[in-house]
Amino acid sequence: MAVTVSVPTILRTHTGGEKSVDASGSTVAEVIEDLDTRHSGIKGRLVKDGSLHRFINVYVNDEDVRFAGGLEAAVHDGDNVTILPAVAGGCAPAREWETVL
Amino acid sequence: MLMIRRDLVDAMVGHARRDHPDEACGVVAGPVGSDRPERLIEMANAERSPTFYRFDATEQLRVWRAMDAADEEPAVIYHSHTATEAYPSRTDISYASQPDAHYVLVSTRDPDSHELRSYRIIDGEVTEEPVEVVESYMFSHNGADDVPDAP
Ligand SMILES: [Zn+2]
Repeated sequence: MAVTVSVPTILRTHTGGEKSVDASGSTVAEVIEDLDTRHSGIKGRLVKDGSLHRFINVYVNDEDVRFAGGLEAAVHDGDNVTILPAVAGGCAPAREWETVL
Repeated sequence: MLMIRRDLVDAMVGHARRDHPDEACGVVAGPVGSDRPERLIEMANAERSPTFYRFDATEQLRVWRAMDAADEEPAVIYHSHTATEAYPSRTDISYASQPDAHYVLVSTRDPDSHELRSYRIIDGEVTEEPVEVVESYMFSHNGADDVPDAP
């Protein structure tokens, strides 16, 4: 499955400044693995302990993958995968925050 | 320094007051590279909480795409603190991912007067910056502008 990945500004250091790159895979996890072979280090910015990093939102077309199986969300030929940094914060201690997510 | 129009400041403070005691959040878009906040978008706080905020992910995608299509970027990312001062928390800092954005905090803990402060947050390092409130950008010179600076 060939897909297009939209890359946010903060991750473009991994893509030589490109805002859109090609990748392949049948799940979000496979797409990220494939990206990492050509854009070294990008996986570490997206995945932590086997799931999507909480600082990151990933969408397949218009759907937030958190509601579609996370890293196992399916992608199809011609899909667009969009990566955006989450915009969030909080005043309570970090440990309490972890339990909220 | 953050130079920002008064109507935008009033709109951020109004949003923060309206959502008090929950945290309010949003973005002010500006033309790419201009450092000039122009279009304010109130975002839903998906946490609906007095101590946390998070942009609704689906709404964020829609807003970010609209900015992209209009050659805009988030010039300001704002949120409110409803019981503490207008200074970024540890969690605020760990999430800050836009080195080009001004992070604006509005505190509504005092019902009679608000506190509004602006920061750059880069690689976990917070730098407060002065805020200059202007009536219009027309006669101010802040990056790209229609009127050239006098020599
Ligand atoms: Zn905060």
